[in-house]
Amino acid sequence: MSDTAEKVKKIVVEHLGVEEAKVTPEASFIDDLGADSLDTVELVMAFEEAFGVEIPDDAAEKITTVKDAIEYIEKHKGE
Amino acid sequence: MFQNGFSPRRVVVTGMGIACPLGLGVEHVWKRMLAGESGIGSIQSFDVSTLPAKIAGQIPTGVKADGRLDINEWIPIKDQKKMDRFIQFALVAAEEAVADSGWVPPDEEARCRTGVMIGSGIGGLETIHEAATLAVQGKIKRISPFFIPSALINLASGQVSIKYGFKGPNHSVVTACATGVHALGDAARLIALGDADVMVAGGAEAAVCELGVAGFCAARALSTGFNDTPQKASRPWDEGRDGFVMGEGSGVLVLEEYEHAKARGAKIYAEVIGYGMSGDAYHITAPAEGHEGAFRAMTAALRSAGVTPAEVQYVNAHGTSTPLGDDLELEAVERLWGDAGKGLAMSSTKSAVGHLLGAAGAVEGIFSILAIRDNVAPPTLNLEKPSRESVIDRVALQAQPRKIEVALSNSFGFGGTNASIVFRAAA
Repeated sequence: MSDTAEKVKKIVVEHLGVEEAKVTPEASFIDDLGADSLDTVELVMAFEEAFGVEIPDDAAEKITTVKDAIEYIEKHKGE
Repeated sequence: MFQNGFSPRRVVVTGMGIACPLGLGVEHVWKRMLAGESGIGSIQSFDVSTLPAKIAGQIPTGVKADGRLDINEWIPIKDQKKMDRFIQFALVAAEEAVADSGWVPPDEEARCRTGVMIGSGIGGLETIHEAATLAVQGKIKRISPFFIPSALINLASGQVSIKYGFKGPNHSVVTACATGVHALGDAARLIALGDADVMVAGGAEAAVCELGVAGFCAARALSTGFNDTPQKASRPWDEGRDGFVMGEGSGVLVLEEYEHAKARGAKIYAEVIGYGMSGDAYHITAPAEGHEGAFRAMTAALRSAGVTPAEVQYVNAHGTSTPLGDDLELEAVERLWGDAGKGLAMSSTKSAVGHLLGAAGAVEGIFSILAIRDNVAPPTLNLEKPSRESVIDRVALQAQPRKIEVALSNSFGFGGTNASIVFRAAA
């Protein structure tokens, strides 16, 4: 697993208070990890802070799974 | 309204919960209070070096088993960031109160007949401070999506209702330091008038933070002369008093319609028999001359209770330990009780826990009810030399065994708002 994936996983575990094993790439924040819409807003803010990326609202709306987050961050970090 | 011949219903107290500077748990706190212990200490949680007041009543930290608070034992870490500490305190007190009452709504209809009314004087002040700091630092986009629901006063009621599924009236009171009594009185009225059968009611406050202490310091309201001897600082009616001591915590009561409580065999602590309110229309922070607003609130409460002053054996005073307020309240009580004042005990439990602001009326309601249950008046600590004499026994220094059938509790708030509530022993 990449550094980004590890870090994303850690943030998700901390913010949503879920077991690490549940945070698979395919896991949906809302459907599988018990998040509500405010939780996902906060999660995206935590990604922005941790990786120094900016995630605009329209992009944030499309980040619904762990994999979505990892891919977006991999693509945009260092921009 | 009420064109149908409706007549008010009786309201009793069937559950109580408390988190305050003397600790967690009604029996634990009460035992310490009767033993004359104080919950006031130095403020350690933030830097007070530039503030004139450096002490407060803070909930002791530690494990639940010792009557102390470790919030991780009560609320999942991921949820803690969604609520200011005042809401966390409300959830802690509500958990004890609801469990104590034994009330679990058996169906949807019963859930819809169970409401919540928990108020706060100030609400999420620390949360607002943190968000404002981000704004000042140019990090406005870092403000949490939980900022508003964490700071809003009615979210104490909201969070309790969500936790338990109580779908009845969901309401909240904001009347500064009178909040607790107003919440209990208004909630009792909702039951009396038929809007609900059970109400989880009380107050919560967590204003012992940098902004809160600084604000009350600026208003010259706090004690500043006892920073080295914190437990001596809250001294209602004593000639050495120099301001109030802030406290934090929550008191929550389960109020219930009498027949409803009886039908399910609930333990009944006391009955809420009277409630009275008034406004001073005088000054934003100072009480009116002769505390005539307090006099009218107490008069209204006794009238609604249908009892005379002579039938009341205990008053839990607002008694904040301020130079002006204490004697004015005493004057109002003396005037109202007249000769009956000779048989009255009146104490200020703020001497032990400090002033819990919006939670004060709720925790003091609990102390008043326990005074009835155990026939004992809790002490006014540090009342070594009263600034003036009175026929009314202010229960100096030590708890007093007394026959107490009816108790009245006072709370007055900035803005000139006054409320009194009357409890009677369960019949």
